[in-house]
Amino acid sequence: MVPLLSVRNLTIGFGKGDPVVRDVNFDVAEGETLALVGESGSGKTVSCRAVLRVLPKVAQIRSGSITFRDGANTTDLVTLPERAMRNLRGNQISMIFQEPMRSLSPLHRIGNQVVEVLWLHGRKSETSAKKEVLACFDRVGFPDPERTYSSYPFELSGGMRQRAMIAMAMVAKPKLLIADEPTTALDVTTQAQVLGLMKELQRDTGMAMILVTHDLGVVANMAEQVVVMHKGRVMESGAAEPLLSAPAHAYTRALMKAAPQIPANATPKPIEPATDLILEMNNVSKTYSMRAGKGWKAPSLIYACRGIDLHLPRGKTLAIVGESGSGKTTAARIALGAEPPDQGGQVLFRATKGADPIEVHQMDRTARTAFQREAQMVFQDPYSSLSPRMRIFDTMVEPLEIHRIGSRAEQRDKAAEMLQMVGLERDMLQRYPHAFSGGQRQRLSIARALMLDPSLLVCDEPTSALDVSVQEQILRLLEKIRDQKQLSYLFISHDLAVVARIADEVAVMRRGLVVEQASPETLFYNPQHPYTKALIAAQPEPDIHRPIDLDLVAQGAGSPEKWPERFRFAGYEAPPLVPLEPGHKVRCHV
Amino acid sequence: MPILRYALYRFGTMLLTLWVVSILVFAIINLPPGDYLSNQIAELRASGQSAGVAKAEFLRGEYALDKPLWQQYFIWVGFLPGPHGFSGLLQGNFGWSFEFDSPVAEIVGDSLWLTVLVNLAAVVFVYVVALPLGVLAAARARSWVDYTSAFVGYLGLATPNFLLALILFYYGHRWFDLPIGGLMDPTFEGLPMSWEKVKSILIHLIVPTFVIGTSGASAMMQRLRANMLDELGKPYVETAVAKGMSPTRMLAKYPLRVAFNPFVADIGNLLPAMISGSVLVSVVLGLQTIGPTLLTALKTQDMFLSGFVLMFVALLTLIGTMISDVLLVLLDPRIRYEGRKA
Repeated sequence: MVPLLSVRNLTIGFGKGDPVVRDVNFDVAEGETLALVGESGSGKTVSCRAVLRVLPKVAQIRSGSITFRDGANTTDLVTLPERAMRNLRGNQISMIFQEPMRSLSPLHRIGNQVVEVLWLHGRKSETSAKKEVLACFDRVGFPDPERTYSSYPFELSGGMRQRAMIAMAMVAKPKLLIADEPTTALDVTTQAQVLGLMKELQRDTGMAMILVTHDLGVVANMAEQVVVMHKGRVMESGAAEPLLSAPAHAYTRALMKAAPQIPANATPKPIEPATDLILEMNNVSKTYSMRAGKGWKAPSLIYACRGIDLHLPRGKTLAIVGESGSGKTTAARIALGAEPPDQGGQVLFRATKGADPIEVHQMDRTARTAFQREAQMVFQDPYSSLSPRMRIFDTMVEPLEIHRIGSRAEQRDKAAEMLQMVGLERDMLQRYPHAFSGGQRQRLSIARALMLDPSLLVCDEPTSALDVSVQEQILRLLEKIRDQKQLSYLFISHDLAVVARIADEVAVMRRGLVVEQASPETLFYNPQHPYTKALIAAQPEPDIHRPIDLDLVAQGAGSPEKWPERFRFAGYEAPPLVPLEPGHKVRCHV
Repeated sequence: MPILRYALYRFGTMLLTLWVVSILVFAIINLPPGDYLSNQIAELRASGQSAGVAKAEFLRGEYALDKPLWQQYFIWVGFLPGPHGFSGLLQGNFGWSFEFDSPVAEIVGDSLWLTVLVNLAAVVFVYVVALPLGVLAAARARSWVDYTSAFVGYLGLATPNFLLALILFYYGHRWFDLPIGGLMDPTFEGLPMSWEKVKSILIHLIVPTFVIGTSGASAMMQRLRANMLDELGKPYVETAVAKGMSPTRMLAKYPLRVAFNPFVADIGNLLPAMISGSVLVSVVLGLQTIGPTLLTALKTQDMFLSGFVLMFVALLTLIGTMISDVLLVLLDPRIRYEGRKA
């Protein structure tokens, strides 16, 4: 059978430089999903964009052909005139982009942006076009299509925006859908639902799909064919099942190995009660009040954190897991004293065993200075957490200067020592951040946090902006440093698989509340709470025989008012957090 | 109608601001020691003309200049009765110009609406020129179109207005037979409006509009270009292309719409900059706008006249900002629905 799309010897270069995509071949059959897998810089995005010719201006297709078959006709998309190409875009071949937040115009109504596809391809009268769009909205899961039609993008959540993007791509019933990292920017549970939706739509319409992703778990759940790319070349390609179960190429094997996994079987391990706590958070709540639009109305309150009790034993890692908006970052900020908790909350920090605790929730200036030397933070985005205008050396020694520690020479030695500790070279001190890759920047960020020899490190999603293989390296580095320097970590993440390997105890948060808390082994082997179960189920595994269980995800990730009786919230009333067994707490009625 | 409510609210705040401005203006015109009359009296005394002194003293009483400053303020605005009852700005009495020895309203008269006319023409010129050129420069960024327009724009920014005015007058007159100076043919001055007069004014407007508008237009063009370039890199532009839109249509619908915001927001800043900027031009070109009058009034401490002119300029500015604010709310749903999101 002739494939729907066939890419032959595709070579693409930027400007006069070396090609970024070399000699790439792949075929997409009708109704089939092809996954383009690779890390950033592998050329996967450029290759898939070349199909629609939506490339950056400096990029040129140097050689090769992209043949698209429409019925009996075949067209070469590389040489097709621009005007004819336009008729194809959005109509026969459409595309979904990575960032649903920014891929829709903020100033136009969603309905207008979607219906435009039908107008552009001149297929429909005004009223029937609208009807079709409404049907499509209904299909992708908007509860109230009419309302969505007249909404603006900023009124929708990320997952809903991605659904709108899908509707936009699907509305003209294309033969081929190109999805460029469609779920990377979404929470795991939302990701699972969006992937489920895409699969369902594909089954209904019989369209083919090119899925670009870095996540082998997503691949295992979605694709029939896989193309693994690295540095612009295809490393390995073939049917998904044999490729994933027995990868032939070393690079694919490395990718598989780097992908963090939730262990399939684990023995529950109870947490022994600790006596030496470095950080203690007792009854910590945080309420923000939103300025009300109207002066006569009371401001609306947002409960970011509610009654959190967390204890971090010295030398251990406590992880807080949850989706965006669950309050995990707020909890971390309070733990660091960046924000005071509400009245009645208590945060205690003990620098050494048995020392007088620093009351983090009410520090004065001297206490704060002393606390800062003990507790530091590693941030999520290594690209924006280093000043682009400061040399690495200045960035590194700044904490020492603030706290007036050491002479210039001592500071320099310390900086060099820390750089070596995180696996970088001494001579990199004079460079600026732009000379470093994402992974190296995160190493720098860690090195900076270590400059003051702290005893507590708060890591706020330190790996979520990184490629899987780099993520693996950073996690290994964090573990090494923890053991070497006897550090304690408060680790914030939305990724259970990452947490599974590094944490000694995990607290799962939803709506500002801890819903379940246990050792990772217990949590994964014997999860009790529906939300925890949903998080685990939503985690895409690079194992083709363990597909995402969408029902579990839907139930647990849905609104807490619809959880099973035992766990259900009633507005702000939630069940108490009770210990089911030693070291395993669940928010439920007993 | 939320937009109507917002417009009303914005009008309310405008009145409030205007009131604060009136206090500031009054304070500023009273900053130099003495007033027009006391200066004059001192001068008359020195030259021994006691008859004049009596008249000046009489005027001082007449215009309440012998009262404490805060009372003078309230009388000037019209919150308090003066020697002749309530008769301040609020009641439509703009005061007396000592320098020209006639009511402010009479001196200002025609030049008020001529000022508005010249500056409106300049604003329209700025927008009409900057909009297409800015978009074009962004769409064809780093091409000869972009570089040429930038070069011409910087020339426009860098050339002093009065110099540009003189050059334009010279060549305009030589090549196109454009009139030199003034805002209408002298024969029409003081005559009622007629078709001929309108035509004469329009022809006289060409050069001043160009002179006053050029620098604003080139600045605005560069701003629009920069904004457009920012927007062109955004993913939603890519989405639009992937939908199959033609470049022109895409450009007009998406990035331009977003880049339009600062463009509109500038209306408020443009008006005062032009009015104060056009003072010099008006003097050079001999335009009968309010600018030269303001200059004389400030120089001679003619307080009621300068106070009125300053208030008038402030009013124009405030109206400009109000218009741009209301337009922004109309244009940008993110501003409109700020409260709805929560």
